[in-house]
Amino acid sequence: MNPGRLAARLGVARGWAEFRHTITDPQTIGYMIFINGIFLLVLFFQRNGTIGDTPVSLAALTLPSLLGLVVATNGLMGVGSVLAVNREDGTLLRAKAIPGGMTGYLVARVVESGLTVALGLVVILLPGLLMVDGLMSGGAAGLALLVFVVALGLLATVPWGAVIGSLASSPQSAFGLCMLPTMGLVSISGIFYPITAMPGWLQGVAQVFPFYWLGLGMRAAFLPDGAVVAELGESWRYLETVGVLGAWAVVGLLIAPTVLRRMARRESGSAVETRRQRAMQRVS
Amino acid sequence: MSDRDDAPVIDVRGLRMRYGQVDVLDGVDLSAGRGEVVALLGPNGAGKTTTIEILEGFRVRSAGEVRVLGEDPARGDERWRARLGVVLQSWRDHGRWRVRELLGHLGRYYTPYSTAERVRPYDVDQLLAMVGLTEHATQRLATLSGGQRRRLDVAIGIVGRPELLFLDEPTAGFDPHARRDFHDLVHRLSDMEDTTILLTTHDLAEAEKLADRILVLAGGRIVADGSAEALSRQVTGRAEVRWSSGGERYVHPTTDATAFVRDLFARGGDDIADLEVRRSTLEDTYMALVHQHETGQTTDAAAAAVIEFSRGRS
Repeated sequence: MNPGRLAARLGVARGWAEFRHTITDPQTIGYMIFINGIFLLVLFFQRNGTIGDTPVSLAALTLPSLLGLVVATNGLMGVGSVLAVNREDGTLLRAKAIPGGMTGYLVARVVESGLTVALGLVVILLPGLLMVDGLMSGGAAGLALLVFVVALGLLATVPWGAVIGSLASSPQSAFGLCMLPTMGLVSISGIFYPITAMPGWLQGVAQVFPFYWLGLGMRAAFLPDGAVVAELGESWRYLETVGVLGAWAVVGLLIAPTVLRRMARRESGSAVETRRQRAMQRVS
Repeated sequence: MSDRDDAPVIDVRGLRMRYGQVDVLDGVDLSAGRGEVVALLGPNGAGKTTTIEILEGFRVRSAGEVRVLGEDPARGDERWRARLGVVLQSWRDHGRWRVRELLGHLGRYYTPYSTAERVRPYDVDQLLAMVGLTEHATQRLATLSGGQRRRLDVAIGIVGRPELLFLDEPTAGFDPHARRDFHDLVHRLSDMEDTTILLTTHDLAEAEKLADRILVLAGGRIVADGSAEALSRQVTGRAEVRWSSGGERYVHPTTDATAFVRDLFARGGDDIADLEVRRSTLEDTYMALVHQHETGQTTDAAAAAVIEFSRGRS
């Protein structure tokens, strides 16, 4: 087999293996139960509230928004923090030391974050659909839109996760760089609370970033047409969604390869050793 | 293989590495032939790791001519990379992978580069047996001891059956038994597989046991280059005589301790006490060499060692 294709195939195998390692890890399982427990609790308390004059419940509004959040955070953090951790622990240097290893490694990151997102969606969606009425009224078209939004959302966030993971000096700073803006933006992006209730300038800020648009796209896929009255401009704004997410994807895909190459070029045994010394100091 | 058998596997001339205003490597020349085991010695900060990383293609040099397996490491492609093995000092990477699973996975990257005379990769079970990890094959990496992890590092380094292997302080953290096994493995790789090996170590006894040739890197240059025998031969005659006389202590380095002591008694008579004759070891010569380059002053012993050692090299 041609070495490039083999490396890509081995990357898929690696992504699958690491996904399996992750989901069988008790700590990860505990974390997933905790986070999803909170999400379901939010849905539970929102199940009786309705949006304005429509019969659509608040929970029905929140559930798709949460799915958008899952895509965005996994896209950013999944790749960003794993990359930073793997730079520190030497996984990346190992990949660099074998022929085609870097290709395999990066393919594995994309595969693993795709699988993690899929799992994250299913874990919320299954109990969520049982708990919340009035979702998935769009049928096959809605489902197709869901898949499209997830794919576009990953394209818009994964490259930026890779950029953050490449530039951060430690896993902690990568986590901070992903987490702080995420938390800030999530709170103003209409995930847990309608964006229409925000002051105008905050609405403007939120609409620059992918979180709001991922939530909107998901709501468009899941909610009945009547729910559109709760949105800005009372429209699902498909073009704008594709425009903003697409712009993040294009810029990210243009920048990420250069940043990744620069990062990979600098990996060496002594670079890993320096990070190891720093990590030891953090622990003690 | 396209290379002629007599072409050097590593060929370095005038290698320089500059960080800011500091020249870490200031004109390093070294070469290694096929199947040769070369040990690179030197104090911390002498540039051993920098040298190895330049040869591995992990670091870009400031100047100089470098050929590794006939190519410039700064431009080495994946085909070139497949012919190298690098033993990395692992720490906690791949903690959730199992030993056999990881070796199998990493080995598969080498399959396109397999040739009739060099089948790549190694069979995983054979490799596990070679490094003594057979009984740990299904263990997760996170549960391995430090020594077991280092043995796995070696296995990963050679899984692609490399023509050239880099080992940066390979036996740090090995117990004496693991060290012995590792030495056998190095001999096997160089003798049976014709693998060229460049290793760094702080253990002089290890360098003596393993290496066909020893290089000492100090002050950014190779200050000694010769076989272990040449080095031992030239230091065995060297000794240090210590004694006290009239309440004062004396130390005198000499190449002929017997004659010196005879002369000492003839002159000093009954006053001499606490006589001690200490033969210098490989370590002493190395220390003298390094001391000279670190302080910039030439001690007699070091100067003599450099000259004699260089002479003994051919």
